[in-house]
Amino acid sequence: MCGIAGLIHRGKSSKVGHELQGMLQALKHRGEDSTGYALYGDTDGKNFIMRFKVGENVGEGSTSVAEDVSVYDERKKIVDSYLEEMGAKVVKEERILPYSLRYEIEYNKKDLLEFSQKIESIPGVEILSMGKSLEVIKDLGNAKMVCDRYNLDKLVGTHAIGHARMATESGVDIKSAHPFWGYPFSDVSVVHNGQLTNYWNNRRALENKGMRFMSECDSELIAVYLAEKMREGASLEEGMKESLTGLDGVFTYFVATKDSLGMAKDTMAAKPLVLYESDDLVAMGSEEIAIRSILPQEIDTYDPFDGEVKVWQI
Amino acid sequence: MANIKSVSKKTKAQAMGMHTEVLTGRTQQKFFNPDEAENFYYFGTYDVDFNKRTDLDVKDMTAAEANKKIDNLMSQGYGTIVIKNPQGKHSLGVGILNKLNLIFEGSLGYFGMGSCDGPIVRINGRVGWSCAENLMAGKVVIEKNAGSCFGAAIRGGDLICKGSVGARTGIDQKGGTIIIGGDAGAFTGFMMQRGRIIILGDVGINLGDSMYDGTIFVGGEIGSYGSDAVDAELTKSDQDWLKRKLKVAEIGENFDVSKMKKIVAGKKLWNYDNLEPAEKKGAI
Repeated sequence: MCGIAGLIHRGKSSKVGHELQGMLQALKHRGEDSTGYALYGDTDGKNFIMRFKVGENVGEGSTSVAEDVSVYDERKKIVDSYLEEMGAKVVKEERILPYSLRYEIEYNKKDLLEFSQKIESIPGVEILSMGKSLEVIKDLGNAKMVCDRYNLDKLVGTHAIGHARMATESGVDIKSAHPFWGYPFSDVSVVHNGQLTNYWNNRRALENKGMRFMSECDSELIAVYLAEKMREGASLEEGMKESLTGLDGVFTYFVATKDSLGMAKDTMAAKPLVLYESDDLVAMGSEEIAIRSILPQEIDTYDPFDGEVKVWQI
Repeated sequence: MANIKSVSKKTKAQAMGMHTEVLTGRTQQKFFNPDEAENFYYFGTYDVDFNKRTDLDVKDMTAAEANKKIDNLMSQGYGTIVIKNPQGKHSLGVGILNKLNLIFEGSLGYFGMGSCDGPIVRINGRVGWSCAENLMAGKVVIEKNAGSCFGAAIRGGDLICKGSVGARTGIDQKGGTIIIGGDAGAFTGFMMQRGRIIILGDVGINLGDSMYDGTIFVGGEIGSYGSDAVDAELTKSDQDWLKRKLKVAEIGENFDVSKMKKIVAGKKLWNYDNLEPAEKKGAI
């Protein structure tokens, strides 16, 4: 089933980590195999923030194979050496969990493709996000568990999207969890509720064009599809509009960039979405109770129609 | 209805909408005996007084707790219940088989007022997906917008949304009337079998797709027609009925009903036996 939620504050910052946690926790009955956050925090915009994993969570319910922690250490060492090789300087390093790390990196090149390819050439290493504002945090368990594990409650930022997952198409693991980074574009992330039926056709076509897939989760296709459209010169909104016909199946998805948040709904309107919009806040989720977790007072909400695409700026 | 005092037991029972055929085997079904009509008891119903009113704050209740509490209040004779702080909770007010004035001071989530038979409900907010699914009788009024599958499979009663509704409104509708003050999404009236839908605003693509029967009235633009949905002539009696219905529903009273479009089933899809294979293809 899965549940998605997103919010964007216009003209101010807020504790988006805490707010999104509340929204996703309200949707936990839609799935709690894994939960993911894409948070756009307040930063000085000078350095890249790279969230990456060197292994999987092999806890209860996981479909991943257990590995020795020493393997994680080895992979981390190779990442560090590759970064040095590429002229990227690690300004700040946090090892949140044995398999999950956060680096602040001084890196002056704009093209992240070569950079990402190099890092991800290390078996078992995946960049969850790369950007000057974006941080993707995803792990097994419900929203509160992931929030507590990664201490996201205090993160201040302008906007965020998140996903509560019931695994149906692929494994219970971090690599199949949402949000997906819009590789190799800085600060682009996607969450999706639904099922894409032309996944393999699209995947083959995109892989032939050199795009990268890390999982077998159909939702990853949206991130890659939009990244490809943007690489060809389309704006985010143009790419989203094209996706209504390019992607087959049922879907409601959110996409976020450094300064915007968008939603798209398939032409059958088969997947739910409730939207609240005011001058200073847009909040949306699979169910109204997600919005009520941050706005308990009576508000006006609505369901976007079939084939609708909307984009908001901070 | 036949005069039930002067006809045979079997005819009497049939006239009252009951069936009398005796099944064999392991059926546990009980059969209605009209001679015992005075003792007839509709499970889950109570004698209530509409002037006996109370408030119920459901902020800290689960949907099951809230629904049990509503049932309990009805059993105490309360005929008017005001629900405070519904806060988008799912499945509130389901399974009410009673005459009751029910007022929600706020919005409901999914499946609100499902499987009801008889209550008069006003929701001063929005409703999520599948509001009033399987409504048998009564009236449900939503002051703001509604989600998809609004009035799915209703068999009777009036379901009114003063705002706009999502996709598949009146899907599988089997009776009753759905009235929308604003716009409606795609696949409105999908596979409807009976009853009426009135939309004062625009409607999305595939209107009345695969409808078996029933009537849809549209005041605004139509995105596209679904399979086997066709235009029909808007008669004087249609207009009179629309005016009367909109007035009773307290919605669009000054709306010019003479310009509405009337859509019905072409009846080429379900009547397969009378069609040649080529005709079936043409209908689709």
